[in-house]
Amino acid sequence: MQSSVPAARLATHAVSAGLSDRVITWLFVAPTIVLLLAINIFPLFWTVCLSFTNFRANQPGRAVEWVGLANYRSLFDSDAVWSYLQNTAHFVVWSITLQVLIGFGLALLLHRQFRGHATLTTLILLPMMLSPALVGLFWRYLFDPQAGIFNYAVNYFGNFGTFSMLSSTKLAPWAIILVDTWMWAPYVMLLCLAGLRSVPPYLYEAAEVDRASRLQQFWHITLPMVMPLLMVAVLFRAIECFKVFDMVIELTSGGPGETTELASLSLKRAAFEKWRTGYASAFAILLFVVVFGASNLYVKYLNRVKSR
Amino acid sequence: MDRAAAEVARFPAGHSTARNPTESSPAAKWFAGIVVTIYAVITLIPVGWIAMTSFKDVTEAVAYPPVVFFEPTLEGYVNLFTTRTRATPEYMESLPPPATWYDRIVRSRNMVIAGPSPFAGRFLNSVIIGFGSTFLAVFLGTLAAYAFSRFRVPLKDDLMFFILSTRMMPPIAVAIPIFLMYRQLGLADTHLGLILLYTAINVSFAVWLLKGFIDEIPREYEEAAMIDGYTRLQAFVKVVLPQAATGIAATAIFCLITAWNEYAFALLLTTRTAQTAPPFIPNVIGEGGLDWAAVSAGTMLFLLPVMMFTLLLRKHLLRGITFGAVRK
Repeated sequence: MQSSVPAARLATHAVSAGLSDRVITWLFVAPTIVLLLAINIFPLFWTVCLSFTNFRANQPGRAVEWVGLANYRSLFDSDAVWSYLQNTAHFVVWSITLQVLIGFGLALLLHRQFRGHATLTTLILLPMMLSPALVGLFWRYLFDPQAGIFNYAVNYFGNFGTFSMLSSTKLAPWAIILVDTWMWAPYVMLLCLAGLRSVPPYLYEAAEVDRASRLQQFWHITLPMVMPLLMVAVLFRAIECFKVFDMVIELTSGGPGETTELASLSLKRAAFEKWRTGYASAFAILLFVVVFGASNLYVKYLNRVKSR
Repeated sequence: MDRAAAEVARFPAGHSTARNPTESSPAAKWFAGIVVTIYAVITLIPVGWIAMTSFKDVTEAVAYPPVVFFEPTLEGYVNLFTTRTRATPEYMESLPPPATWYDRIVRSRNMVIAGPSPFAGRFLNSVIIGFGSTFLAVFLGTLAAYAFSRFRVPLKDDLMFFILSTRMMPPIAVAIPIFLMYRQLGLADTHLGLILLYTAINVSFAVWLLKGFIDEIPREYEEAAMIDGYTRLQAFVKVVLPQAATGIAATAIFCLITAWNEYAFALLLTTRTAQTAPPFIPNVIGEGGLDWAAVSAGTMLFLLPVMMFTLLLRKHLLRGITFGAVRK
C-alpha cells in the first residue's frame, strides 16, 4: 500500500522522531491477535483434543482416557443426532427462503422511493437489532393460546379454534421459522436495497431503447445485479441460522418433544446438562466443519456468479 | 464471510440521473407505500404489544381475550424491581398507611415488599460489561485497523481473514474450553471474564469496520502533519482519530449492541455476581408461573436503549451488518 516516494521518505523521518512504523505496526496489531488466539483459536484446538477423550467437566478428578474416534462414531451412529440435524436443516432452509422472498419483495417496493421510505426502512429494521433471547421470550407470550395475541389475530380472520403454536408438534417448527423471519427478513431487505441502488440507471435506459419489457428488465438486469449481494445475505443468514441458540431456547426450548431441538440446542445440553464433554466436543467440531465447509463451497460458487 | 464475499459486495454506488427510467409512476409509488406501511405496522405490533403489556396489571397481562384498553399501571415495573411476600389480612391491617406509590400498588394485592429484586444489579452488570467490552474492542480495533490500513503488515490479507474467521465459529464450539479455562483461572462469573470474552467477539468486527473508515481518511493529512514535525503516533492521535470519530462511534454502538444482546455465554459462564440481564429476565417468576407484566417491563427497559441506538445508527447500519463490505 505504502508505495509513494514521499511516504517512504517520511518513514525514515519518523524513525528519528519517534517509534518506527515497524514497531508501531506490531504494537498496534499484536494485542488483537493475542486476544483472538487466546479466546478463539486456543479453545478451538482444545475442543479438538477433548473430542478424542471421555472427559467429563463435572467430574474433574476422574481419569481421562484417550478414546480415539469413539465419540465421532457414536455421533454418526446416533439417530437422535441425525434428527437434530434434520430439524436444523428444515429451520435453515425455510427461514432463509421466507427471508429472501419477503426481504427482496420489500426491497423492490422500498426502491420505488415513495415519500417516507427512509423512515419506514428504519422502523422495519428494528426487530433485527433486538436481543434474540428476549425476542424468543416475548414471542412465547405472543404465541400463548390464551393470553397471546397471535392466536387471537389468526382467529379474527377465520375460525381456527384453539390451537397452540408452541405445543403442537406440527406447528412448533414453523413458530421458530416465523420468529426468525420476523427478525431477519429486514437484513436481507437491507442488502437487496444496496444491490438495487448499485444498478447503474444507464442499463435500464439501454433496455428501454431495446424495448425490453419490465419483466425482461427485471430478469436480465435487476436480478443479476442484485444476485451477488443477495447471495452474501444468504451466506450470512445461513451461518447465523445454523448457529441459532438464544431465540429458540427461550421460545420452545426444543419442544414439544424434540421437534424443535436444533443441533446447537442439543450440543448445549450434551455439554452443560449431561456433561458429556468429550462427546459434545466432537459434536461441536462436526458442526464447525459443516458450517466452515459449506460456506467455503458456497463462496466458491459465489465467485463464479460474480465473475459471470 | 470471506475475503471473496467482501470483494463481491464492494459495488460502486448508483448515480441518479435527471431522466431516470427506473423512476416509478405515482400509482406504483402509492402501492409500494401502502404495502410497506402495512408490513411495518404488522412487524411492530409485537414490540408495541410488549410495551403495552408492561403497563398492564398482573391479571390483565394474562386475561383472555387479550385486553387492548386498560388503565395503565406500573405494577409490572414494581414487581420487576422488588420481591414481595403475601401477608395475612390481620398483618396488613396492623401496618401504617403506605408511604409510597409503589407500596400502595403492592399492598393492593395483599402483599408487602420484602426487598429489592436482583434486576437492578443484573441491569448494571449489563451496562458495565457492555461498556467495558465495547471500550476495549474499539480501542484494540482502532489500533489494529490503523496498522492494517496504513502499514505494510506481513501476511496482511491472511491476518485480516484470520481475524474475520474467528467470527464464523459457532460460539458453542469454543464454549466448553472457555468454560474450563475460566473455571481454572477464576474468571467464571466475573465481570472481567465476560468483558474479555465479549471483547474477543467484537474485536474482529471492529477491526474490519474501522479499517474501512480509516481507509477513507486521506493519508495526506498525516503526511502533512508529519512534515510539520509530528511523530507518527502524534499524527495518529491528533489527526487520524478526530477524523475517524464518526466511524469509531458507529463501531462502538454496534459492539455495544452485540455485547448487550449476548445471551449464550452469559448463561453458561455466569450465575450471580456477573450475570447480565438477558439470562435473568426470563426468570422473573410471579405467583403461578412467569409474571408477564414484569417480564414485559424488563424486556422494555432492556430493549429501549437498543431501539434508540438503532435510530442513531441508521446511516451506518448497512455497513455494520456486512462488516464494512457494503458502504452504500
